[in-house]
Amino acid sequence: MALLLDVVSWILLSAGGAFVFIGGVGILRMPTIYTRMHAASVTDTMGTLLILLGIMLQAGLTLATVKLAAIVVFLLLTGPTASYALANAALLSGVRPELTTREPD
Amino acid sequence: MFYVATVAILITMALAVIRALLGPTVYDRVLAVNMFGTKTVLLLAVIAFLYGRPDFLDLALTYALINFIGVLAVLSFCQSGDHEPEAKDQSKKAQP
Repeated sequence: MALLLDVVSWILLSAGGAFVFIGGVGILRMPTIYTRMHAASVTDTMGTLLILLGIMLQAGLTLATVKLAAIVVFLLLTGPTASYALANAALLSGVRPELTTREPD
Repeated sequence: MFYVATVAILITMALAVIRALLGPTVYDRVLAVNMFGTKTVLLLAVIAFLYGRPDFLDLALTYALINFIGVLAVLSFCQSGDHEPEAKDQSKKAQP
């Protein structure tokens, strides 16, 4: 049972690390601000959930799991709010999303 | 097993810092700093178990809240203040 928990936790941590890395590449390589926010949201939701779930499986039923659950709740509440505020501020300041990527023929 | 997640988070933080230095507008920098703060929370949580010190979880919990407040404060400043994101020459403009 402990081995199974270790394996599942390792898979979750590795998958979370992969999602976080994908988001990091996306925030560097994407062309505009809105596409970069799209890439950053991958790390805010999937990477955070997978990594913290993997740590929770390692912690077991202790106080640390409660704190990790609180961190998950706070990040899932504040992440979309910050993203909305950022997109709202960028749009109001005149940064327009590019709706086409190339000239139509 | 925590080393994989730690290395991935550290690489992502480095990429976010590069974007914060490169970013053409101030909103790119705010986005990169917000992501850097979120990754700091994750890194604190992972390091708490990597080194066997669960006290770091309190720091992670506090940092999550402070990061959110800080990003909202900077965005409110950029939105309502007299602030031009991408014009270095406009800094010489006459102040009211």
